[in-house]
Amino acid sequence: MAMKPVIELRNVDRTYASGEVEVRAMRGVSLTIEAGEFVAIMGASGSGKSTMMNTLGCLDRPTGGTYLLDGIDVSKLNRDELADIRNQKIGFVFQGFNLLSRTSALENVELPMLYSHRRRTTKELREKAVAALRIVGLAERASHYPNQLSGGQQQRVAIARALCNEPALLLADEPTGNLDSRTSIEIMGVFQELNDKGITIVMVTHELDIAHYTKRNIIMRDGVVVDDLPLGKRLFATEELRKLEEAHEAVHL
Amino acid sequence: MKLTATFLMALRALRRNKLRTALTMLGIIIGVLAVIAMVAMGNGATSQVEGQIAALGQNVILIFSGSFTQGGVRAGWNNAGTLKIEDAEAIKREVPDAVAVSPEVKTQNQVGAGNQNWFTNVQGESPDYFGIRNWEFAEGGSFSDQDVRSANKVAVIGQTIVTQVYGNDDPLGQILRVKGVPFTIVGVLVSKGLSVMGQDQDDVVIMPYTSAMKRLMGVTNLRSINVQAVSPDKIQSVQDKITQILRQRHNITSDNSDDFTIHNQQEFTDAATATSRVLTILVVSIASVSLLVGGIGIMNIMLVSVTERTREIGIRMAVGAHGKDILLQFLIEATSLSSMGGIIGIVLGIGASKLISMFAQWPTLVSPLSVVLSFMFSACVGIFFGFYPAKKAAALDPIEALRYE
Repeated sequence: MAMKPVIELRNVDRTYASGEVEVRAMRGVSLTIEAGEFVAIMGASGSGKSTMMNTLGCLDRPTGGTYLLDGIDVSKLNRDELADIRNQKIGFVFQGFNLLSRTSALENVELPMLYSHRRRTTKELREKAVAALRIVGLAERASHYPNQLSGGQQQRVAIARALCNEPALLLADEPTGNLDSRTSIEIMGVFQELNDKGITIVMVTHELDIAHYTKRNIIMRDGVVVDDLPLGKRLFATEELRKLEEAHEAVHL
Repeated sequence: MKLTATFLMALRALRRNKLRTALTMLGIIIGVLAVIAMVAMGNGATSQVEGQIAALGQNVILIFSGSFTQGGVRAGWNNAGTLKIEDAEAIKREVPDAVAVSPEVKTQNQVGAGNQNWFTNVQGESPDYFGIRNWEFAEGGSFSDQDVRSANKVAVIGQTIVTQVYGNDDPLGQILRVKGVPFTIVGVLVSKGLSVMGQDQDDVVIMPYTSAMKRLMGVTNLRSINVQAVSPDKIQSVQDKITQILRQRHNITSDNSDDFTIHNQQEFTDAATATSRVLTILVVSIASVSLLVGGIGIMNIMLVSVTERTREIGIRMAVGAHGKDILLQFLIEATSLSSMGGIIGIVLGIGASKLISMFAQWPTLVSPLSVVLSFMFSACVGIFFGFYPAKKAAALDPIEALRYE
């Protein structure tokens, strides 16, 4: 028996009524993403990729069509039901990290678990949060506040937060947008590691080089998918970092 | 989400902005402090007045001879001469709830012992009188019923007589001349101090009413009758029964008005405490306004807080917070603010009351009710004024909130 796809969009529409003008941000998009995929959704601004992101993240509902997330039809759910879906099925990574300031890394990671229906003791929360931080290599910085961490470290904390509820889908919105190129590659390395462990990742980006670290690129324009290709020449973060090191040493010599 | 976790979260948020939290609480603190201190002052004054009135005795009913008007002519209360000893005996016999009855006559006379003399109040009473007025003896005791029956020349004196007439001597067993008649002192009363009207209650000689009537005054009428009802809830029924008995005994037909007047102690108490109560209500309502202003301060700061933390709200919603989780978080924050302010206000209010009674010599009485009420009121202020900002936070759209800079 084939596994059910993580994401299945069937003819999805999203229309905004802004005053007199009707904006059709998504026009009959159909899309299937299977478990274990690593997908980049790309497009210029206004292409509908942000709307796509919000829809996939259950922050927004389609005005038409059907969206099945992990087999559940989420297109007709109400606000609270969507919040539960986000909590249980989706891990978010944002461009601006979106960590709670003056709250330790550990407590930031615990946050989604606090809103979970599953009852956990304080000790269990702590253990799970530390485990998630260990995955992104920040276990020893658990008590640091976001302003004591570098951008890359903050993004790692955000990834740990996204992982703690063991979601079906990791959704990243321009995760490297605020990072320098080297840190960006490191973050992509984290994603590739997670993907190798079987976690499904969908990433919205407008940076072509970043998209090269994924396995599949979806290109959007004017609210429709214009291109959907598996990546032939994929980049690997570990290799790229090694190359960078070598280039660095060469300059020093 | 667990309530305790929400509560801890709210406390942490309040700790982050210590100065702001303190200033916002100040409004509530001042309001509660004012309410507690004002109520304590009002209660102190009221209980002082009540204490003075309680000195009159408990559940006391006073029957005066004469009424306010008779046939269009206003008569003095005790000049009508309508109350007889038999009336008092009838009351004692026929009203079981009247546990003590003391017929009363009053006059003023020169009294003396040795080479000292003094002009004082002379009262004729029955032995019940001391029980009715809850008046204890410093020395000796009351005259007896037998003394009343035989109109014996015995008397009980107040502390003022002791100091004015006997000085340092022990008055017990000594002779006191009243209008030239020698009376033996059988008891000395403890001091009662000034009455509500400012009269010296200790400046008195009390003797059997029969002795006063026969030997001093030569009258057969009583000035008044003091009656004590068995309990406060029986006062009215006793009063009604007395009215019925006296009207019957005095042959008053139904179209004529009473030739006596009945008062009970409650009337005095009510009149005396009404003033201080009105004052308390006035002052407390002013203090409540400051609580209201404190509440508006909380609402203001919560609105600012919601706007400032729009992004935080967005993050929380993105990771699965329901609207009601956000609502609860901000509501608990507002309520913690106001109830912490309430608690501090209560503590300071009690302290202020103590200071007032210490330095201003004003009796204060912190009522537990005012403490409970002002705490609950301040908590409600938080809920009421916190609700709108919290509702606003809960209604935010997560997409908009996440994008908020």
